[in-house]
Amino acid sequence: MTLPADATTREAGSTAPGGFRRFIVERSRDSSLGLLAILLLLAVILSFVSPYFLTATNLLNIGRGIAIVGIVAVGETIVIIAGGFDLSVGSTMAAAGMAAAWLIGLGIPLPVAFAAAIAIGIAVGLANGAIISYGRINPLIATLATLAIVRGLSYVISGGRELVVSDPAFQAFGVGSVAGIPYIVILLVATFALFAWLMPRTRFGRYAYAIGSSAKAAQRAGVPVKQWRIAYYVTSGALAALAGLVFVARTGNAQPSAALGIELDVITAVILGGTSLSGGRGRIWGTFVGLLLLGVVNNGLILAGVPAFWQQVVKGVILLLAVLYDEIRRNRAEEA
Amino acid sequence: MATPLLELRGISKSFGPVTALDRVDLDIGAAEAIGLIGDNGAGKSTLVKILSGLYPPTAGTMRFDGREVRFGSPSDARNAGIEMIYQDLALCGDLDVAANVFLGRERRRRYGPFTFLDRPGMEKAARQVMRELGTDLEPGRIVGALSGGQRQLVAVARALQFEPRLMLLDEPTAALSTEKIRVLMGLIEQLKARGVSILMISHRFTDILHVCDRVVVVRQGQIAGEVAPHAQAPDKTMALMHALMTGDTLGAVA
Ligand SMILES: Nc1ncnc2c1ncn2[C@@H]1O[C@H](COP(=O)(O)OP(=O)(O)OP(=O)(O)O)[C@@H](O)[C@H]1O
Ligand SMILES: [Mg+2]
Repeated sequence: MTLPADATTREAGSTAPGGFRRFIVERSRDSSLGLLAILLLLAVILSFVSPYFLTATNLLNIGRGIAIVGIVAVGETIVIIAGGFDLSVGSTMAAAGMAAAWLIGLGIPLPVAFAAAIAIGIAVGLANGAIISYGRINPLIATLATLAIVRGLSYVISGGRELVVSDPAFQAFGVGSVAGIPYIVILLVATFALFAWLMPRTRFGRYAYAIGSSAKAAQRAGVPVKQWRIAYYVTSGALAALAGLVFVARTGNAQPSAALGIELDVITAVILGGTSLSGGRGRIWGTFVGLLLLGVVNNGLILAGVPAFWQQVVKGVILLLAVLYDEIRRNRAEEA
Repeated sequence: MATPLLELRGISKSFGPVTALDRVDLDIGAAEAIGLIGDNGAGKSTLVKILSGLYPPTAGTMRFDGREVRFGSPSDARNAGIEMIYQDLALCGDLDVAANVFLGRERRRRYGPFTFLDRPGMEKAARQVMRELGTDLEPGRIVGALSGGQRQLVAVARALQFEPRLMLLDEPTAALSTEKIRVLMGLIEQLKARGVSILMISHRFTDILHVCDRVVVVRQGQIAGEVAPHAQAPDKTMALMHALMTGDTLGAVA
């Protein structure tokens, strides 16, 4: 059974007698360890298949490849832990990217353009959260609707045209690096680290687990469930917008069709990382491992010369396996 | 006579066509322990849920501490000093014991504009309250993996932690072993001695008779009557309670 170790883990030995033993016990229950083993095994195999796999260039390529999905996946992990779901992240990315590109094109200073893009993400999150909390609409349906609405609006407002961004500072953020490490990889790791740190230490994190575990119990305990739910969708929206900015910075242009279908990768990484679809359980770092695995599989398929269309099939199969595994684990936990 | 801690007048509650409570009047004095009994579906849980702020009554008034109150949420009731232990316990199975004990009222530490959970502080306090309950249940245990009795202890600890004026208990002994029931009953006595009022639903007459000053019988949403547990011989008390519950008063009045 996987437990929200994020919510319960303390630093080894920091708590009275038995602290260290508990630390070990919690680790051994931690499914992302198994995933890590799979990841290492895959890496070893791939390094035999292709001598190019373990080169710094290739590893950084993997890092760049997963940065955008990863930033979105942090928000998605939190939403799913809290018993929700957010399908609208890809549309939010596109809308936020379009807004930023348009403002930058008008000569608006970068920070203002960035803030506007994030504000769009927050607005979509507010809408999602409010519809789900107050309209009591199933999150899958609610965010499927906002997925369509936000994507549609991006097309309507832009007339379907793409916008080219030629601001050098913005592009440097997308392609530049410090000490060989791309800025966007640093941003990726920083985002994971920040939220992995916050989840066990704040009410924000604790209530996500509580609401996902039993919204009824949380409600009765006096947790303002509706407001917190909105906060989780807002976080997801804001992080999606941030990822939208990264997308534009990397590619140099913003398109209304950007990040189409990215939710498949995002949700696969989250579920693969051990977050339970039924809420209450999951870890931010678990998602990171899931993300790495996804990135390495992708990379391996490319290195092995598998045609791009097949990669989509493989991803779908991985998602299915991850969900099946989650189901088995959940049943086992219920029997226990 | 001093004003009671809680006065209910004409409290009614309907769920659509179902009338769960029908013009209930009830007073609870300070440091008084009242047992609430009645058949399944009589309306006992509904009554305490209204007191705990979970449901608004359809009609009627509540006065707490001499002032008219209207609870919009469980937090309102808790802030007034009413703690509740639900029949289904209402715990988060994925959280640990300490997190459940403090759920909704986490201890926090402030650093500048930020506040963070005081996890060691809550863990220590949870361990302490568990000790008071006569158990050494680890605060770090995940509640979903606990036994029914252990979960019940967590629910009791949750309520105890916050020094209530009125404690509502819905079937608190249902999942406890005889030994743990004794511990819980001891605690209720202690609470009473500290001036806390108790309203306890139980199907176990022995628990009720042991700690309660008055036994109130609910039948089909109405107060059917009251029994003073120690005013007559125990078997006579049993007969009276039974008669009120079933509505078969003829045999008992004599
Ligand atoms: N949320 C609800 N919605 C609809 N009907 C309800 C609801 N809660 C209770 N009722 C109905 O109200 C009546 C009283 O229920 P209540 O739970 O108060 O009974 P109880 O005396 O606690 O019974 P038990 O001893 O079985 O716990 C029952 O007929 C029940 O079906
Ligand atoms: Mg009941």
